[in-house]
Amino acid sequence: MIDIKHLSKSYNDQKVLDDISVHINAGEIFAIVGHSGAGKSTLLRCINGLEGFSAGEVVVLDQEVKTLNERGLGVLRSQIGMIFQNFSLLNQKNVYENIALPMKVWGYSKEAIQKRVDELLKLVGLEAKKFVYPKELSGGQKQRVAIARALTLNPKILLSDEATSALDPNTTKSILELLKEINQNLGVTIIIVTHEMEVVKRVASRALLLENGKVIGLGRIEDLFLRPNEKMMRFLGEDEELPTEGVNIRLFFPSTVSYQPIVTQMARELNINFNIVWGKLEKLNDHVVGSLVINIDEQTSCKITDYLHEKTEVIWEVL
Amino acid sequence: MEQSIIAFFEKSLVMKNVLIDAVLETLTMSLISTFLATLIGFALAIVLIMTDKNGISPNRYTYKILDVTINMLRSFPFIILIIVLFPVTKFLVGKHTGTFAMIVPLTIGTAPFIARMIEGAFKEVDRSVIEAAKSFGTSKFQIIYRVLLPEAFPSIISAITLSLIIIVGFSAMAGTVGGGGLGAVAMNYGYYRFDALYIFWTVFILIVLVQIFQSMGDILYKILKH
Repeated sequence: MIDIKHLSKSYNDQKVLDDISVHINAGEIFAIVGHSGAGKSTLLRCINGLEGFSAGEVVVLDQEVKTLNERGLGVLRSQIGMIFQNFSLLNQKNVYENIALPMKVWGYSKEAIQKRVDELLKLVGLEAKKFVYPKELSGGQKQRVAIARALTLNPKILLSDEATSALDPNTTKSILELLKEINQNLGVTIIIVTHEMEVVKRVASRALLLENGKVIGLGRIEDLFLRPNEKMMRFLGEDEELPTEGVNIRLFFPSTVSYQPIVTQMARELNINFNIVWGKLEKLNDHVVGSLVINIDEQTSCKITDYLHEKTEVIWEVL
Repeated sequence: MEQSIIAFFEKSLVMKNVLIDAVLETLTMSLISTFLATLIGFALAIVLIMTDKNGISPNRYTYKILDVTINMLRSFPFIILIIVLFPVTKFLVGKHTGTFAMIVPLTIGTAPFIARMIEGAFKEVDRSVIEAAKSFGTSKFQIIYRVLLPEAFPSIISAITLSLIIIVGFSAMAGTVGGGGLGAVAMNYGYYRFDALYIFWTVFILIVLVQIFQSMGDILYKILKH
């Protein structure tokens, strides 16, 4: 669906994007994560050609973005919806006119526009606000209008640029639910740019981590969050305080085993006491996954590792 | 006291016809000039906003040439501009005095000002709205008339109101160098004949005109602005 290869971009000798390669599959919710200034919004804009780039390839819906002329780019953009942090609605136009705008631009008939706008208003739950102007809407409602507008032309891809960053946590949740629904029911591939980890955990299936224009992590979010590499840990601002004596073993509980009483069972069966020194549970994409670090003396550590190896599905590593 | 009030009104009544003609002349000059200057200013503003370095099709040279020309025209003191433009006026209207002749310098003198004001109104439009329009494939031309124009429209109305008021003031100034209208009355009857009452009435009428235009502009803005 989207294939980015060795993408680089510089502003005045400063590299904003540095050799980025990623493939985004049809139908997934993919997150681009990074602190502000990491280049994530720029990367997103390379996908629909709102930003140019200096080297590499961006192939979207089988078309190389760089080679498209103005007309071709327009047609490609009509297949890619986009929503923004500050909603970007026309203040002088009411909800109906805002949602209708893309279809007007592409010269659809009035009947077709009316039909489509009504459908979309129903989808985003704003039937009652059809003729209201944006200034009378709340942030969440404005973003719903923006989502409806982005879907007007039946896009295959939806780009979301910090769409929930200006919203409170509850509104964020409801907007994310809506995006998820759009992804599942309409099969729209969604690419989310965000600096909020909660957003990533809640909806994304895979994520790309950017730092100073470089990829520092790419993969399924279970892996990224539960088995973070050093850079990822620094990114999340986590630093574990582990005892220096004895052996530390980290256990990962994938969603399939996170509800089983593995730790207490192991302690009882082996009749060994160990120290739980670090741990966390995360809700990722409606699955609960966890990690735990236990500390034991060296002699008994092999008993534990043998047990983990033979009797459980837990993934583990000795630190 | 009572007598002087009666004398004031009796004298004013004599002036009535001269003043009414002058008001009509001033209105003709101002409204036609504002209309023409708005057309020209609007076209210039569109070229400016498009060719601006952050615009939708940046072109440094076009922008710079327009920018310098507009600044040059705006730095002329208006009264000097009228005199400088005498040959142009004569060429276009056939003479360089009178109400209609003054429309030429008024238009040329204020079009650059209106262009700047409308450019400002366009620049106020949130850049991310333009980006959003681009994101669903809107062409440059459509961005101007479907996004920039409706979003900037109330501010453009305010700009036109302001320009109309400035043109009313300029038209009075034009009266001193051969134009008609209230300025000419104030000059010929008031200043040269030392008749303070003419000065009083012309100023009074100008104040009322400006008030009316400003209020109308404000009401229109309120209706249009969402």
